Amino acid sequence: MASGALRVLAALVSGVIFGLGLAISGMMNPAKVIGFLDVAGDWDPTLAFVMGGALLVTIPAFRFIPKRTRPVLDKEFSMPTKNSLDAPLIGGAAIFGVGWGLVGLCPGPAVAALGTGLVPILLFVAAMLVGMAAHARLFTNSKE
Amino acid sequence: MTDFTPVSGLLGGVLIGLAVALMLILNGRIAGISGIVGGLLTLKFRETAWRAAFVAGLVLGALAYILVADDASAVQVLAPLPVVVVGGLLVGFGTRLGSGCTSGHGLCGMARFSRRSMVATATFFGVAMLTVFLTHHVL
Repeated sequence: MASGALRVLAALVSGVIFGLGLAISGMMNPAKVIGFLDVAGDWDPTLAFVMGGALLVTIPAFRFIPKRTRPVLDKEFSMPTKNSLDAPLIGGAAIFGVGWGLVGLCPGPAVAALGTGLVPILLFVAAMLVGMAAHARLFTNSKE
Repeated sequence: MTDFTPVSGLLGGVLIGLAVALMLILNGRIAGISGIVGGLLTLKFRETAWRAAFVAGLVLGALAYILVADDASAVQVLAPLPVVVVGGLLVGFGTRLGSGCTSGHGLCGMARFSRRSMVATATFFGVAMLTVFLTHHVL
């Protein structure tokens, strides 16, 4: 199989594991995420354990894997190179935080939950895509 | 409100971490969901297929759990629909402006000890907690 097709297969497998993990962790449930964010209420610390469990794997992964000359299926690693703290970074994170706090959904769980067919999930993802498209329209020159 | 479930939380977290590690070692990519989904809106042929495959996998993996576990409370959206729409718009715009979300900054960037990702993660967690405090305890 060509490496292009293998890359697509690898992304599919990674996506399946990611989706399984989100569902098992309970983080696909906005009520549970709000339970974590609501530090002044009946606090549910589960999200911290999810982040912790993931970082247990991702910290060593990002420490050792990029030392390879190249990834298994591609010519080079595509890593972010920016290092400056700028207004778009902080403003964008703040805008995202408001939306996350209002609903309890961030992009991963929202997309993963599409299979439920629930109306609020479909609406949220549709609105999220509109928000992303609006950004692309406003900042067409900005290159990632 | 919801029960504290540290074991399934940790297990699910490790799986998410493995998915991120797999994406890194095989494709050399950051598994940031807002970047992958947002990238689908700007069609670049070489990038579209793997992004679409990842998104399809995300849906399939979650669906497999829902079907096998028969967990009726797997997804509970508490916010009213108009708030859901406003939240979706803000999440979509904000994650693209801020170059990432919980996965890209929170799991990948934090693991790389990226200064930008640490600041972004602290910002969106802080603002989200403040938003929940205001909407649940003040308003």
